[in-house]
Amino acid sequence: MAKQIYFEDVEVGTEIGPLEKNPTTQQLVKYAGASGDFYQIHYDKDFALGNGLPGVILHGALKNGFLGHLMTDFAGEHGWLRKLGVQYRGMDQPGTKVVARGKVSKKYTDGPEHLVDCEIWLENHQGEKTTPGTATVILPSRGAR
Amino acid sequence: MANKYVTDEAKKQIGKVSEARTYDVERGAIRRFAEAIGDPNPLFNSDSEARKSRFGGMIAPPTFCRSMGAAIPDIKLDMPTFRGLDGGSEWEYLAPIRAGDRITVQSKLVDLREAAGRLGPMVFTVVETTYTNQFGEVCAIQRSTGIRY
Repeated sequence: MAKQIYFEDVEVGTEIGPLEKNPTTQQLVKYAGASGDFYQIHYDKDFALGNGLPGVILHGALKNGFLGHLMTDFAGEHGWLRKLGVQYRGMDQPGTKVVARGKVSKKYTDGPEHLVDCEIWLENHQGEKTTPGTATVILPSRGAR
Repeated sequence: MANKYVTDEAKKQIGKVSEARTYDVERGAIRRFAEAIGDPNPLFNSDSEARKSRFGGMIAPPTFCRSMGAAIPDIKLDMPTFRGLDGGSEWEYLAPIRAGDRITVQSKLVDLREAAGRLGPMVFTVVETTYTNQFGEVCAIQRSTGIRY
């Protein structure tokens, strides 16, 4: 298991990631199979072009999955991803990298729980945020051990 | 201004639930999902590693819920034709989903509203989906916004 981060280790502004992903059409096919979303715009180029798209595009849910990966890595085994919200603002295509990043926006306690709110996003190779979101993570506290 | 599509009558559909669907969570399906999103986390990939963790066994990545599709409540709107957009979703994760769990998925229409858009009236549907395990514990709640125009 990866090294655990504790509540005391983070401050507002602490950066999360980056987690780089290089999705291929093959990965989109794997995601279609694993998720059951077989809409052809995600793997059939002719179909995608016929629908006015520039080519096949990433599933919104796959981008959601990349941001989930970013946050479960951050939370570690002893943390817990409590909330995850995403908005789809722009399309992403396979063959170009996307990078998941985030930063801590708030740090607080609620009863026994130590929580951090984070701004998260996926950016394309041009640095444009195509998929902004928010996350709340419960982190372990050194004091509570 | 009165709503064109989201009339008082249409709003009576708020609270409507879908049929429930039930899924058995297989270890192989969790692994294939983790592979599809490119996540090598041992909690989602290795039962022997995950057994040493605080979870005591393999769990599903949070976004695995995406693979357990919900039936959508049948929303009737008097729109001649419409295009749909996924406006995004918010998830709350309350308990781990484990290999071997039986998850019941059910959706409910929680909001229906209309706003003026560039291309005419736009209808926003907010659907809340709950993922409940075989012990009656709610593992996850999804709220997604759909846009029809």
